[in-house]
Amino acid sequence: MDLKLKIWRQVDANAEGKFVTYPVHNISQDASFLEMMDVLNEELVTTGKEPVAFDHDCREGICGMCSLFINGRPHGPDDSVTTCQLHMRKFKDGETVVIEPWRAKPFPVIKDLKVDRSPFDEIIRSGGYVSVNTGGVPDANTIPINKENADLAMDAAACIGCGACVAACKNASAMLFVSAKVSQLALLPQGKVEAKRRVESMVAKMDDLGFGNCTNTYACEAECPKDISVSNIARMNREFLHAKIT
Amino acid sequence: MTKLDSKIPEGPLAEKWTNFKAHQNLVNPANKRKIDIIVVGTGLAGGSAAASLSELGFNVKVFCIQDSPRRAHSIAAQGGINAAKNYPNDGDSVYRLFYDTVKGGDYRAREANVYRLAEVSNNIIDQCVAQGVPFAREYGGMLDNRSFGGALVSRTFYARGQTGQQLLLGAYGALSKEIKKGSVKMYTRREMMDVVLKDGKARGILVRNLVTGKLERYGAHAVLLASGGYGNVFFLSTNAMNSNASAAWKAYKRGAFFGHPSFVQIHPTCIPVHGNYQSKLTLMSESLRNDGRIWVPKKKEDAQKIQKGELSPVNIPEEDRDYYLERRYPAFGNLVPRDVASRAAKERCDEGYGVGNTGLAVYLDFKDAINRLGKSVIEARYGNLFQMYDKIVDENPYETPMMIYPAIHYTMGGIWVDYELQSTIPGLFVGGEANFSDHGANRLGASALMQGLSDGYFVLPYTMQNYLADQINVPHLDTDSPEFEKSEKYVQGNLDKLLAIKGSKTVDSFHRKVGLIMWDYVGMGRSKEGLEKAIEDLKSLRKDFWSNVNIPGDSTGMNVELEKAVRVSDFIELGELMARDALSRNESCGGHFREEYQTEEGEAMRDDENFMFVSAWEYKGVDEEPVLHKEPLSYENIEVKQRNYKTA
Amino acid sequence: MSVKYSSITKKIWMSLMGLFLMVFLVVHLSINLLLLVDPTRELYNTAAHFMGTNPFIQTFQWVLFLGFTIHIILGFVLQIQNWIARPKGYKVKATSEDSFFSKYMIHTGVIILIFLGIHFVNFFFRVKIFHTVPDFILNGVNTGMEDMGIVVVELFQNPSYVIGYVIALIILGFHLDHGFQSAWQSIGVNNSKYTPFLKGFGHLYAIFIPLGFIAIPVVIYLTT
Repeated sequence: MDLKLKIWRQVDANAEGKFVTYPVHNISQDASFLEMMDVLNEELVTTGKEPVAFDHDCREGICGMCSLFINGRPHGPDDSVTTCQLHMRKFKDGETVVIEPWRAKPFPVIKDLKVDRSPFDEIIRSGGYVSVNTGGVPDANTIPINKENADLAMDAAACIGCGACVAACKNASAMLFVSAKVSQLALLPQGKVEAKRRVESMVAKMDDLGFGNCTNTYACEAECPKDISVSNIARMNREFLHAKIT
Repeated sequence: MTKLDSKIPEGPLAEKWTNFKAHQNLVNPANKRKIDIIVVGTGLAGGSAAASLSELGFNVKVFCIQDSPRRAHSIAAQGGINAAKNYPNDGDSVYRLFYDTVKGGDYRAREANVYRLAEVSNNIIDQCVAQGVPFAREYGGMLDNRSFGGALVSRTFYARGQTGQQLLLGAYGALSKEIKKGSVKMYTRREMMDVVLKDGKARGILVRNLVTGKLERYGAHAVLLASGGYGNVFFLSTNAMNSNASAAWKAYKRGAFFGHPSFVQIHPTCIPVHGNYQSKLTLMSESLRNDGRIWVPKKKEDAQKIQKGELSPVNIPEEDRDYYLERRYPAFGNLVPRDVASRAAKERCDEGYGVGNTGLAVYLDFKDAINRLGKSVIEARYGNLFQMYDKIVDENPYETPMMIYPAIHYTMGGIWVDYELQSTIPGLFVGGEANFSDHGANRLGASALMQGLSDGYFVLPYTMQNYLADQINVPHLDTDSPEFEKSEKYVQGNLDKLLAIKGSKTVDSFHRKVGLIMWDYVGMGRSKEGLEKAIEDLKSLRKDFWSNVNIPGDSTGMNVELEKAVRVSDFIELGELMARDALSRNESCGGHFREEYQTEEGEAMRDDENFMFVSAWEYKGVDEEPVLHKEPLSYENIEVKQRNYKTA
Repeated sequence: MSVKYSSITKKIWMSLMGLFLMVFLVVHLSINLLLLVDPTRELYNTAAHFMGTNPFIQTFQWVLFLGFTIHIILGFVLQIQNWIARPKGYKVKATSEDSFFSKYMIHTGVIILIFLGIHFVNFFFRVKIFHTVPDFILNGVNTGMEDMGIVVVELFQNPSYVIGYVIALIILGFHLDHGFQSAWQSIGVNNSKYTPFLKGFGHLYAIFIPLGFIAIPVVIYLTT
């Protein structure tokens, strides 16, 4: 299949960017979206042009490195996948594909389609863990955990930190990301111990970094490649309320 | 010739680690603050080691090439992590885990290391649960276990199909906690370009800032490499696109010996190759072999019809299916170790019984499991994997059997380390997949996560202290020192040389070529002629690369092609070393299968008399032949047998 | 405000005030409907008089004002922060599946605010400030109460006012449709057991409350 790609090009964080159009030809329907980008880059390099910089790594949908806002959707026109798992069979021959970087104030563009997502790390650093040191912990089966909570915690823990929730949200809110971690740890007895402190400091950090407010549009849930539920946001709100009033 | 000192502690096997800890040197808390440690890589080994060392009070500087420490490739491990907890009461023990690992590794791993690994395996599970890792649980609230290849007990703990992710996020949490505390300084999007030595000791690293393009200098009292494996030398592998061997390779070039370079693991259950644009192979967790049955058609004409798309596998009657693993290995059946399963698949495909349009695939069928357990049970166990398969292949595995084929997955080889995980360069420690230890010639499923975390949480924090105890009075290495100057000049010179070539071929085209050579000659089946050819081909490829590679742009600012070029140039050199190692090992063992050395039934034939040693290679110069050092292996606590998965 | 109160605190207040205003709407509607129930306007005027004079209600009125004010100010603060959070937008408008009305809360909110202003001028200010409401004469006897009913009936003789009122109420419906379930989510009520009920109830609320309000001008316009 042949496609017309409209790609955001930007030399570095300080430069003005612009869209540049590139045609690509003979792309296999079975290729992944990033393999299609590889083909484009190989062509660009061969013709002496600078390839398009985009983040990617594992190419199996788990590292959370790949991003791209494709035709109005983070991770493109398929549900429950990351861009690396998106296949070209989801596009029509001759289609124009607009590829943009994630857009949010806390996620500045580094180059072309790469953005800086380190604010997510900062949020986790503010309390997204259980404060235990190595060693001196009880046997793993000492505290039974009901299966339902363990499963819900796992649902939340599946977050890959890709930032699609922020990219999709009209407010650039990071609530789904933050709530996934808060929820996971709030559901487990190990995390309960410092639950209050955690939710307060993570929310404060999230606000400080300049993410928008949640207005419950649920676009985050619709675009999350790991299907993280917005019920986690409600759980975080609950945890937060609980922390503030008790 | 340097004598390799494995530094295995005295005493009976079960007491070695305890003895070591009891007698090792420690650094007093006030002095720990004065000591800097560099950690390269933030996967399970690097992340957990950095966090644990920082908890002890050391200043730790951590480096990773990704935008966040959470993205290290450990995250992609699916199946699980082994531990000798014996929760299911099925007869497991530290000894049995040790035994299975040594046997699974085809008796090419160090006994003492493996025993220690089995010993601390239980602590890992405790630690991870305390961190809030959501392992799978039973209705009673206790941890669930499943079985994996190469074992007769259920000892694998798991978190759905994302165990690596959950364990890594646990370590990432611990690391984040230490970064907040201030004793870990995190440097992301940085690639290690060189190890800086002073007086023969590792005292710092030179890194390239991948965003600004600048070379940066960092000094320390010790360096820990946890930069992962080198499976990407094959171009197509289950490794992440940016996984590379360069950090380890630079260490090798600075004097660290490379252990068992030819020992790579081919994973039997990957989605087959489907096109020449393909960039990577996707693994389907080995856990699928618990319920899936592997088969190919019994009749060659059926296989040919399938390859042409004229016949569907669902239409092949039961009696015309060859469940070749169950046939050849009645005791272990579909759960034989990875190397055995991979080779058996290759054997069937080479004989012309393969399926798929390329003929390079076998079926993994869940029909019986669905009939026995119901679709919902299978969905609960493997739903995410089935969905992943469907997305990639566009076929529903609930209805038609999955197609799988072996792919490069893990490298058992790596930088040679002693019992303390220290390389032949004093002060340079190596953990996780980057080192050679523990797995011998083949790694069992769910053991990589165990080894990474064992190294990071429970081994390195002790052994590095043992080294650092007499370094407390060593002053910080000044980054303006001649050692750094020299290193930077060397690295910049290398980058300039690459950029000046301005040839006509892309970096990726070279990567594909080295990958193809490796897969054809240094892959699942190896022969003397093939390996000799590979060495020659790689030599000329290296020449071609250094005269014809085209890297646009310059070394200032971000330059992805330049990053890749450095890695590919190292892969080409490493490939040659792997071929040399494979050529020197005139036996078949584990993942290393020399076609000349096999039994009449096609099983691997070890030569314990002549090859029961660790191959450790010493770098001598770009065009010089490396020197082979041998560390003899002795088995005092385990009876060395030919592996046999036909009977228990 | 934005520095001192976290995003979630603001959202929680926003929701609590929203829910509070929704309760108020029910009370308001019940009284309005009395006009249709009793064309003599006696019931309506009595109720209006009670609301306008009862000391408890009068005190509570200030709480209601406060509720409106908090809801409105927070609405603007949150929206401004949200705009700041994405200084550069996308070329291709997002096409993610989401709660449709949620994207237009500020727009519907501003229209409702304008409507509220007109509403105040027409009713509240007339009775409280301008005192231009006639006395209610029932069967030739001055009841001593204002004839709020007649004010309503006269206003609803104007077709453009009726149309404007209907449009404003439809827009209120849109605002409520998202607002109802969103408020519960913001205060942390989301559970697989009762959230579907809450969502369903919210849709019904957002349809029937505005419909009830709309019925009054329409019936009055068509019958008088």
